[in-house]
Amino acid sequence: MNVFMFHLMPYAALDMKERDKHPSAWVTLPNKLFDPKIGHELYNRYLDELELADELGFDGVSVNEHHQNAYGLMPSPVVMAASLARRTSNCKIAILGNAFALREHPLTLAEEHAMIDCITGGRLITGFVRGIGAEFYSMAANPTLSHERHMEAHDLIIRAWTEEGPFAFEGKHYHFEYVNMWPRPYQDPHPPIWCPSLGSTETIEWAAHPDRKYVYAQNYSPFTNVCKFLDQYRSTAQDMYGYEASSSQIGWTAPVYVADTDEQAVAEATEHMEALFNKFLYLPFETLFPPGYLTAQSYKRVASHKRGIMGSQTMEALIENGVVIVGSPDTVRKKLIECHEVLGFSTFVALMHFGTLPADKTERSMRLFAEEVLPAIQPLSDREYRGFEPASAAAE
Amino acid sequence: MADCTESKIDIRGCKIHMRRGGTGDPALFLHGAGGIPGWIPAFQSLSESLDLMVPDHPTYGLSDEPEWLDDMNDLAMFYLDMLDELDLNGVHLIGNSLGGWLAMEIAVRSSTRIKSLTLVGSAGIRIKGKPIVDIFMMDPDDLVRELFVDQTIAENILGMNLTEEQTDIQLRNRVSTARLGWQPRLFNPNLRKWLHRIKVPTHVIWGDTDRIIDPVYAAEFGKVIAGSQVTMIEKAGHLPHIEQAETFVKAVSGFIQSKAA
Repeated sequence: MNVFMFHLMPYAALDMKERDKHPSAWVTLPNKLFDPKIGHELYNRYLDELELADELGFDGVSVNEHHQNAYGLMPSPVVMAASLARRTSNCKIAILGNAFALREHPLTLAEEHAMIDCITGGRLITGFVRGIGAEFYSMAANPTLSHERHMEAHDLIIRAWTEEGPFAFEGKHYHFEYVNMWPRPYQDPHPPIWCPSLGSTETIEWAAHPDRKYVYAQNYSPFTNVCKFLDQYRSTAQDMYGYEASSSQIGWTAPVYVADTDEQAVAEATEHMEALFNKFLYLPFETLFPPGYLTAQSYKRVASHKRGIMGSQTMEALIENGVVIVGSPDTVRKKLIECHEVLGFSTFVALMHFGTLPADKTERSMRLFAEEVLPAIQPLSDREYRGFEPASAAAE
Repeated sequence: MADCTESKIDIRGCKIHMRRGGTGDPALFLHGAGGIPGWIPAFQSLSESLDLMVPDHPTYGLSDEPEWLDDMNDLAMFYLDMLDELDLNGVHLIGNSLGGWLAMEIAVRSSTRIKSLTLVGSAGIRIKGKPIVDIFMMDPDDLVRELFVDQTIAENILGMNLTEEQTDIQLRNRVSTARLGWQPRLFNPNLRKWLHRIKVPTHVIWGDTDRIIDPVYAAEFGKVIAGSQVTMIEKAGHLPHIEQAETFVKAVSGFIQSKAA
């Protein structure tokens, strides 16, 4: 199993009293609440944490993109990946992801990814995301076009990376008279592509297509949903496309905190984990799901269970539902081994910093994880996987 | 009382749902972001002296969702096609909110079949520093409350038990409005340049307490559309044809009779 450390780089110094005067930490939270001097310290601390992950033996580090918010301070994850490119030496660098179609010129991102891939000698992983609903407010992009622009931007990028240039790209949303990328990506045919998602049939069917076989990574979900969607990937590959998906095509992302004992871990992490879910991540329904972002059918399904229950997560429930993994090294190790036995994912992405977690606790948790959990889970492979028996089929 | 017929009409392969009632000069009511709730009292009164047509725009209500509809330009061209196909002449165009924007987009392209233009709380242009309220970010229930001065109307609407079909239509209308008006928000930056092409008699009607599109826009349209007349309706929000139906009908009919008959 390949284990990544993910960082959101939140504005951990956020004044929560001020935060609570606004609907969320997104789009309209006044930027006077951001102090650039603190921002300077946080960015450097967070980069140190990712560089430490490389030293500690994580297989990869990962960053992502969000705009105009306190939840994640990386409007351009490429800037972070570029910094990490020269300060790490072994690990993969995963941009999970970049929202190519939010741009009028997605080709610039393709160029930047190719640069990082060349600089690192092929350590880049590219994540393709549409961006969450809030980005469509912040970046003035039409959510009703998000799906078709995402598909078209993807085709443009793949062709730019793989086809001999110059050629003309004649799309509906993008038209380039001359596509002729200098540099071309280091990896052949191009950097691996991952699709991080909260669970979407459209994304799974698209990622699992035999022409793509992109890695599907399930984020922030109760373990029953992780089972449902990762199994859905395998069954889609089998039933829709007639091939057996490899375990390397699926991954899981979850916040992780390790301390000496379970009690200590819960006591130390609760405030910071609840801040992640209730203060930073929380979004009003209309901001999370702008019109046309989801299909009518998905929107109605989501509206029926999500409206009104967001923003009040407790640590107890998050642990119980398996959204987060918190505990002693023993507990965390056992949990991951068990989950792997059921699902066989060959990628695990650990969010080792979350919310307001301070530097000393982040580092201690990372070190404990690296010393006492990593050596036990990195060797896991299909040998320990019980094999494909859809867990969701039994539940439904 | 609902003296209208409902039918599907086919314009070059796109079927739209049409409510139509009354006799007289042809009049076309172009609805706003929320679509058409039905044959409301204002339509009934207007149909006493007009042949009133109230279509669901393509992608709204019960109308088709044509592949080719990308933006407001396409919608305006569609309605020009419709006027040709139905061979309507001397049409009184009445547009509310997004429908007012649409009416102007039609009129600047061709007014040959149009006799007068009535804009009611119209979107379509931007006065710098005076944005239209962000109807997409707002909670949908709060939006209903913002539409009216008289909150009992809002509470009645919010208290209605909608059928699944009605809920689906609401959702559909919301997505359609985002398609046309998300970016930039409910206006066309190029429209103002061409408003001088509107030469038919134009009437600008506004609720004096419109909390969606500020009444300063009434004065602005009055200024930029040559010879237009502005009427403010008291105790009305963004939908004066619903909130002050009688006053609204008097204003519309009076203008049509005096200026354009």
